[in-house]
Amino acid sequence: MIMIEDVHFAYDGIYTALQGVSLQIEKGECVAIMGTNGAGKTTLVKHMNGLLRPQHGRVIVDGADAKNLSIAELSRIVGLVWQNPDHQLFLDSVRKEIEFGLKNLGFTPEETDAQCTQTLKNLGLEGLAERSPFALSGGERKRVALATVLATEPQVLALDEPTIGQDAQQKELLARMLMDLNDRGRTVIVVTHDIEFVIEHFPRTIAMAEGRIVADGSTSSVLSNEDVLERCSLTLPQLTVAARALHKAFPQVSERLTLLSELEDAVSGILGGTQ
Amino acid sequence: MALVEFADFSFKYLGADSLALRKVSASVNEGEYVVITGPSGCGKTTLCRTANGLVPHFHRGYIAGNVFIDGQNTRDATVAKLASTVGLVFQNPANQLVTLNVEKELAFGPENLGVVPEEVRQRVEEIIDLLNLEHLREKHPHEMSGGEQQRVAMGATLALKPKVLVADEPTSNLDPRSAELILDIIANLNKRNGMTVILVEHRLDLVAKDASRIILMDKGQIIADGIPRDVLSMDISSEIGVGIPKATQVYKRLQAKGIELSRVPLTGEELALLVGEAKRR
Ligand SMILES: Nc1ncnc2c1ncn2[C@@H]1O[C@H](COP(=O)(O)OP(=O)(O)OP(=O)(O)O)[C@@H](O)[C@H]1O
Ligand SMILES: Nc1ncnc2c1ncn2[C@@H]1O[C@H](COP(=O)(O)OP(=O)(O)OP(=O)(O)O)[C@@H](O)[C@H]1O
Ligand SMILES: [Mg+2]
Ligand SMILES: [Mg+2]
Repeated sequence: MIMIEDVHFAYDGIYTALQGVSLQIEKGECVAIMGTNGAGKTTLVKHMNGLLRPQHGRVIVDGADAKNLSIAELSRIVGLVWQNPDHQLFLDSVRKEIEFGLKNLGFTPEETDAQCTQTLKNLGLEGLAERSPFALSGGERKRVALATVLATEPQVLALDEPTIGQDAQQKELLARMLMDLNDRGRTVIVVTHDIEFVIEHFPRTIAMAEGRIVADGSTSSVLSNEDVLERCSLTLPQLTVAARALHKAFPQVSERLTLLSELEDAVSGILGGTQ
Repeated sequence: MALVEFADFSFKYLGADSLALRKVSASVNEGEYVVITGPSGCGKTTLCRTANGLVPHFHRGYIAGNVFIDGQNTRDATVAKLASTVGLVFQNPANQLVTLNVEKELAFGPENLGVVPEEVRQRVEEIIDLLNLEHLREKHPHEMSGGEQQRVAMGATLALKPKVLVADEPTSNLDPRSAELILDIIANLNKRNGMTVILVEHRLDLVAKDASRIILMDKGQIIADGIPRDVLSMDISSEIGVGIPKATQVYKRLQAKGIELSRVPLTGEELALLVGEAKRR
């Protein structure tokens, strides 16, 4: 679905951001991109819908070389949500903001209405439809920016830091919506620093540092590799820390537990007899 | 009187239909480290804005009750005056950055407070060193990555050497190691220099160990205020969607099954320790 071949990019020709990035993402995959601040994650996803163009290398989207497609054409395939919602919102009501994208893509008035209502509901924004996006909290603004893209259900969703400003419940709602779109064949790509969000929902992780991909593989293997964690400024998932600490004291507990229920069962197993 | 005192304070933004803060009362003493958490839209940012006078002087609206900073009613003080006591790190770092390069950004605050040039230069170098900003020194604040901007925004506020640091989700754009680093720096300034800290955070696993108190908000009100272990293990915290540390979640599940540990763990290591202790009992 998306193929990136040896892409290099430097802002103004001098500030190096990508130094030879290659990756392939198949249709229907769910992929997380993680790594050091300034590693080039945002720069990379902006190449996927043509906001930035490679200075060297190629970007292939749905079989076509992106250089032959306009931003408008690419945006129909790849819906990008920006890291900072301020760069994305410009109308005077939340509803208009969501309808704008739908109308642009040729949805009928009925479809526009239905998608808008459903997306507002899914992201916990029901009460805010008539509000100005400029009079919202930070987390609410981010959800509106997400809604404008999620409502159009593009083939590829590229979301830059979607969990910023979200509480645990909102993250869960967002994950549910993404997994539902994925079940219906959409490719989901997120850039995020949220380790727990990744380990719970994304089977594949790409870890970056200094404009390069350092690791690309199953989330559990990438996020347990100390060398990768060190180079990409990542830390171990909370449950892995707990499992490793328990394993030290009680070798029968596997250090590889990744679910809350597994950890709970392990501790019940240890203490069950003593209560 | 406490260093920061919210006294029955209510606020409604101009043009809004409902109150963003409803009769909020809380006091923060010098040297405390208070974490504010609660669902998106509950009023955390609005509360931060009251502490440095942006509410009501910049964000206008209906107000009732009072906020006192170091004994001064914020209704009577200017934002510039309050800036000598309270430093605010904005939720969206891009909105805080106003100058043309990082070095100038770090100097901007202290210069406006009237700090002498020599000391301004010294503070800038200290912050560049402390927050690893050397490679960004000459960069334009709006031509950087989100995480880089957030570090600079924190640096610019710390350069004020505020008596009270108010930081609104200061780790939201940071990679996990940088988040730990910045939070360690804040915890150190709190412990060593006695800087009072009020910090908004959803990821409580990151800050519970440093905080002396957690204030839990919902719908513009404070619904719980206590030590981290108590607040995080309350049922209401999980019900309204607070980011409870995984170790605390395991504790809660075990408790529901009748298995008691001697205290509420905040980290995986602490959980393992308590399980070991319970096994030996
Ligand atoms: N507009 C710009 N002009 C100049 N340099 C830029 C610009 N935007 C980003 N950069 C630089 O390019 C590099 C990559 O930035 P990018 O935003 O892609 O990083 P990132 O991995 O998304 O980081 P973060 O996790 O902090 O969001 C960084 O060194 C950054 O300073
Ligand atoms: N400028 C504004 N004008 C009108 N209403 C506003 C404005 N800013 C925020 N609000 C509303 O006030 C309430 C509190 O917002 P606030 O930004 O304090 O929430 P928050 O707890 O910081 O949320 P988040 O975690 O999403 O940042 C919300 O209902 C929000 O929609
Ligand atoms: Mg980025
Ligand atoms: Mg906020």
